[in-house]
Amino acid sequence: MSDSARNAVLDSVRKALGRDCELDASIETALDGRLNDSGPHVLPVFDEPPLERFVDKLETVHATTVRVAGVADIAAAIDSYIGAHRLPTNIVVARSALLDNIDWPAAFHVEHRGATVDDVVSVTEALAGIAETGTLVCGSSESHPTSLNFLPENHVVVISESRLYKHMEEVWQELRRLPGGLPRAVNLITGPSKTADVEQTIQYGAHGPRRLHVIIIEQH
Amino acid sequence: MVEQIDSSPVRQPRVGLFVTCLVDLFRPNVGFAALKLLQRAGFDVVIPSQQTCCGQPAYNNGDARDAREIAKQVIDVFAGYDYTVVPSGSCAGMIKEHYPRLFDADAEYYEKATTLSSRCFELTEFLDGIGDGAALPEMPSCSYTYHDSCSGLRELGIKQQPRALLARVSGLSMLEMQDSNVCCGFGGTFCVKYPDISGRMVTDKVEAICATGADMVLGGDLGCLMNIAGRLKRIDSTVSVYHVAEVLAGKTDIPPIGGNSS
Amino acid sequence: MQSVAHEFKAHARRALQDTTLQHALARAKGGFIDQRRTAIEALPEFDELRACAKQIKNHTLAHLDYYLERYEAQVKADGGQVHWARGPEEARRIVIDICRAAGARRITKGKSMVGEEIAINPALEAAGFEAIETDLGEYIIQLAKEPPSHIIAPAVHKTRGEITELFYAHHRSHGINERVSDVASIVNEARSVLREAFVTADVGITGANFLVAQTGSSILVTNEGNGDLTCSLPRVHIVTASIEKVVPTLEDLAVFLRLLGRSATGQEMSSYTSIFTGPKRNADLDGPAEYHVVLLDHGRSAMLGNEFREMLRCIRCGACLNHCPVYGSIGGHSYGWVYSGPMGAVLTPLMVGLREAADLPNACTLNGRCQEVCPMGIPLPTMLRRLRMREFEQNLTGARSRWLLSIWAFLAKRPRLYQTLLRPFVRLLAIGSRGTRRSLPLARGWTQSRDFPTPQGRTFQSLYRARQRKQ
Repeated sequence: MSDSARNAVLDSVRKALGRDCELDASIETALDGRLNDSGPHVLPVFDEPPLERFVDKLETVHATTVRVAGVADIAAAIDSYIGAHRLPTNIVVARSALLDNIDWPAAFHVEHRGATVDDVVSVTEALAGIAETGTLVCGSSESHPTSLNFLPENHVVVISESRLYKHMEEVWQELRRLPGGLPRAVNLITGPSKTADVEQTIQYGAHGPRRLHVIIIEQH
Repeated sequence: MVEQIDSSPVRQPRVGLFVTCLVDLFRPNVGFAALKLLQRAGFDVVIPSQQTCCGQPAYNNGDARDAREIAKQVIDVFAGYDYTVVPSGSCAGMIKEHYPRLFDADAEYYEKATTLSSRCFELTEFLDGIGDGAALPEMPSCSYTYHDSCSGLRELGIKQQPRALLARVSGLSMLEMQDSNVCCGFGGTFCVKYPDISGRMVTDKVEAICATGADMVLGGDLGCLMNIAGRLKRIDSTVSVYHVAEVLAGKTDIPPIGGNSS
Repeated sequence: MQSVAHEFKAHARRALQDTTLQHALARAKGGFIDQRRTAIEALPEFDELRACAKQIKNHTLAHLDYYLERYEAQVKADGGQVHWARGPEEARRIVIDICRAAGARRITKGKSMVGEEIAINPALEAAGFEAIETDLGEYIIQLAKEPPSHIIAPAVHKTRGEITELFYAHHRSHGINERVSDVASIVNEARSVLREAFVTADVGITGANFLVAQTGSSILVTNEGNGDLTCSLPRVHIVTASIEKVVPTLEDLAVFLRLLGRSATGQEMSSYTSIFTGPKRNADLDGPAEYHVVLLDHGRSAMLGNEFREMLRCIRCGACLNHCPVYGSIGGHSYGWVYSGPMGAVLTPLMVGLREAADLPNACTLNGRCQEVCPMGIPLPTMLRRLRMREFEQNLTGARSRWLLSIWAFLAKRPRLYQTLLRPFVRLLAIGSRGTRRSLPLARGWTQSRDFPTPQGRTFQSLYRARQRKQ
């Protein structure tokens, strides 16, 4: 590894572009402008209200959803999900202002940490949701380790309706406003893990979650 | 599309008919059918004797120099007509789409190629475009399916034109095949260079044709039709093969391509 | 991998006779095509997006040095490292050096076509590392010791029965002694075997679908989630990507994301689209401590400067493979190297040499379906024709076909001679035939699977001139 490879590749690129020097200053300014102040290009139009669209799209990709009225209903929603699928009540949960406010039932054993291969259920909060495609946006942080999104078989994601956006371009703006800039990992999640590598037959739960359950806190 | 034909009685618009080398050598009936259709539509049709091939074999095999020389010849021979009409999507595509590209570095012929390109039409596209409402012939009741040749379909957008024309032939009924837009495996010299792959592709195509139960398969390109007819004959199918022009002109009095007759 | 593209014809013939492969290909074909069509019909803006994406790529390629430098600067600003490689050899050395420095033993891999291009797995194994593919398709072909036969569905040629036997043979070391044959059990078995690899790997190597210059991010699009586990659990994450993967901004990225999934599998979004930016932040509970990007050229800067620049718009969706009737007949392995189908027929000669891969640009009917479905509007048939012209110029075209073509061209340029000579030839061909001939000495290729329709008898020109004389 050396500067020589770098210079050779860049020189070769410049030569191919018919330039043997650095960019003209005025062109560079224009390119900087494009890079620093980029607007959306083509935004697909849809008429449905964002929440309806978001739910429809999520269900199309084999996620399940439930709408609740407020934070106070989250624990019950998770309890009923866990009951329906006969899952263990020791769960691993991300931290957030919202999740920290959940009043867990006594039978639950809640831990806040990264997931291990033995964890069966994780609960996280999404930074945002994208109505266009039914996509959840999760960002890695000290309160939300990425492993929670991928290791347990059941990923339960809580999202407030106020965090729903029509298109991903609006989410990019939100991500840029985060205090530390872009998190190390931003996961756009659109359905549970799946594979079609065996005879083009879709099978859920390839390496990541078999089930994706989304709890939406409706706005009043 | 074809512009409105000048209706003044001064002179009929002149069409130069490029019959193509395959029609010239293998199936003159298609040339006569095209001639009849164009004359019936009111054109003064001229068939220059100096025509041979459009140059595709050279062009598609990397021989740009010969392709250019052959193209120049075609451009010169067909320069004087209001329209040039070709009963083949692939040869018409060559003239329309590819001739101008051959003369990037030759301003004079680039100009000429572009002019010819704008006046050149595939036969069914031309007939459909002029909106000639003349009654088309009657056929004894039979069914057909249509193979969309690739160049006509994708370079010239020919899909509904032959179907629209054929819908006006009384007695004919249409049975669409699965994947009518998929290549039959002819591909010019491809079929002899890669006979195994080509054989597989025409086998698939012929299966799709036979699955429709149609009496005939029609198309607008003789190369594809010979390929398909040869395969149909090999498997002793009774499906007969005609060029669309032959049916439109009522010239199905000779045995079909490959001789199969149902 | 070592190219065997020069054996194209033999491999194609074998593939056509391989009934197992033919079953697998037939099954795959329809699904991809229908799913893509459905997804595109549901998005009225598809063509607008396509035009926009093409324009963005053209812009980026026209200023590629600028965007690569901005990308590099941003990765560094976020605490990552960028390494440049002129070719596969250099790229392999960089990756191995990083793994050695990290004291690695076990390495997990996400699917990466650049990884295949630089043949990283054998190199890692030769250097004493254990490299485990984690995408199910890639894992299957790694066990089978085969190259991928499709850029997005690497094991598309494998049947369930073959996978059952592969797993049975290789999973005994994991204490699994029974054959599993249904899809769910096969997937579950792979899941359980690979879980251990994910949590014990020291280094994770993935590709990137895109690189974003504005943020220094690498983008990974998957369905299984294996890529994310590969990136997030080991101490070191290495991204292998080629220089044309860079796009300017996240807004530009959005355009490509709307095209990629739909064109590839008919998905609006794949299950996971992840944006990775630098190593773990200080307080993060997981994520790699080191984040490396290896940027590979391997002939791309040369393509940027010649008539193949448009090929650099390719986003590796696989739509051209799925719609190619030649690929659909012979499968990916016949192409003899990493890339197959139409995009492979263009890239392989440019990367491994025209002489080695001389067949690839010719084994195509120029039917244009690939260009029709390409989300980036790459004129693939034009690219293939240009390669044929290079072959012709470099005398790589076969002697026989060159000779026949030159005779044809000679005649075509001399209409009178053409008519005089071909008239009797056509008559001769027609004599005694009943519509077709079953065999023909000069056209054995044609007659092996079809009859040869014989001419009507006289040429059009002679009939027409005779008719005119009469009038």
